[in-house]
Amino acid sequence: MRWVNRHMRRNDRMIAGAIPILALLVLYLVMAAQRHALNPSDKILPLPDAMARGLSALLFQADPLSGHFLFWTDTLASLERLGLGLGIATLTALVAGLVLGVLPPVRATLGPLVTAIAVIPPIALLPVLFIALGLGETAKIALIVVGITPPMIRDLTDHVASLPREQIIKAQTLGASSWQIMIRIALPQAMPRLIQAVRLALGPAWVFLISAEAIASDSGLGYRIFLVRRYLSMDVIIPYVAWIALLAIAMDFALSLAGRRAFPWAYGASH
Amino acid sequence: MTALLSLKNVWVEFGDKVVLEKINLDVAAGSFVSIVGPSGAGKSSLLRLVLGQEAPTRGTIMLDDLALTPECGPDRGVVFQRYSVFPHLTALQNTMFGLECAGSPLLARLFGAARRAAQEEASAMLEAVGLADAQDLYPAQMSGGMQQRLAIAQALLKRPRILLLDEPFGALDPGIRADMHVLIRRLWREHALTVIMVTHDIREAFSLGTRVLALDKRRHDPHAPHRYGATVVYDLPLRPRDEDAPAPAEEEPADVPIREIHA
Repeated sequence: MRWVNRHMRRNDRMIAGAIPILALLVLYLVMAAQRHALNPSDKILPLPDAMARGLSALLFQADPLSGHFLFWTDTLASLERLGLGLGIATLTALVAGLVLGVLPPVRATLGPLVTAIAVIPPIALLPVLFIALGLGETAKIALIVVGITPPMIRDLTDHVASLPREQIIKAQTLGASSWQIMIRIALPQAMPRLIQAVRLALGPAWVFLISAEAIASDSGLGYRIFLVRRYLSMDVIIPYVAWIALLAIAMDFALSLAGRRAFPWAYGASH
Repeated sequence: MTALLSLKNVWVEFGDKVVLEKINLDVAAGSFVSIVGPSGAGKSSLLRLVLGQEAPTRGTIMLDDLALTPECGPDRGVVFQRYSVFPHLTALQNTMFGLECAGSPLLARLFGAARRAAQEEASAMLEAVGLADAQDLYPAQMSGGMQQRLAIAQALLKRPRILLLDEPFGALDPGIRADMHVLIRRLWREHALTVIMVTHDIREAFSLGTRVLALDKRRHDPHAPHRYGATVVYDLPLRPRDEDAPAPAEEEPADVPIREIHA
């Protein structure tokens, strides 16, 4: 049987998907055990018990200096920045994408500007943001917004502009104005795509968040891992990275589920 | 009877490519005009002119003795071969859309009693096209024939002066197509519609229409085929409005020599 025809059943797929992940974990444990056999105080590849100890200090013991439980403070601070950044970017992209996609004169006027901004590497703008907005929360959120909004606008504009011409004509023969076409025809059909765009923007958003936190911050998941790097504290860095991955997966899953629930017509709801 | 729609010396050109030339046409209210012709003969261009999607390069188009603005409006309904229903709305919502646009400029949504009235009107129209049981289905859940019925219901609810059909049944299989012919003929009678239909199917053109127009190029320059546009080469009045169409078997139009005009 050809490989292109070898479809797997659901259970087999789950097992197949788990194999590489488990193999990587086992490989890590073997390498860590080897290093610890040679040097019991090795810090580079900590064993699970060391990670548990390192993490529990941040989880359950208040920091003597600030009185905060650092893991939770870090998580909250990062999620707040990420949420605000994503929220502002999503709203901006939706409005801009609709206006640019539906109204050709606006697209002709602002389209090149969006393209020009989109090609600037956002990290290169970080110094500008720090100088203009200070080292506080605003600059970090602004970096996320500046980084992910232009590609989202472009994606949404293209999607809205490529709605079948027949639909737009038909709406006009039913008496719809530009505004009515925007809110009743383009907006609902842009929503599923918007959710896809947010899912794709999650990755870059995390990159910009961690970058901003690494450079100037006093809390946050990115701040913490760059701080403890100075002490080679892999026992904290690895659990933090795993936690970030877990948060990212949860967000992606939640968005995907919300999209399917809210817009069944866009996912081929058939007989 | 004065013409409902009249085209006077209409030309459509793109650069030096002439698509339509010297179209003179009067369409009487209540007629069912079929437009046939080979691919690329400007059938759809002519329809887009009447729809207002395109403006003529030269000439005038009058609807009800007023010059037609080159923009689509609710006085002209349209059904395309595909994509003429909104995939994110159910059949009922699709049909109500026209009423909601007229009744609520800001939100394009109706509430309360106005909404119920619109729903009732839309339901009645869906019933008239045979979609009474499909009100809550999304277009993706419907067959091609049902989607076209929906597109017709949507258009008719706005009581257009002219209904334009752009190969509306071209993507349907023969059985469904025959059902749709019965439906469109019934609606045309009951609603006293004026219909202009572009089609590839000559049998369909003759069995439905009260008048058949054939578009083609009158002249052909082999060295510059784009320099001459298509025009109406045949204009065949078939039967008055209230006369029933003869059975399809009697009207074998295959010997109409549209292509021989070049010889």
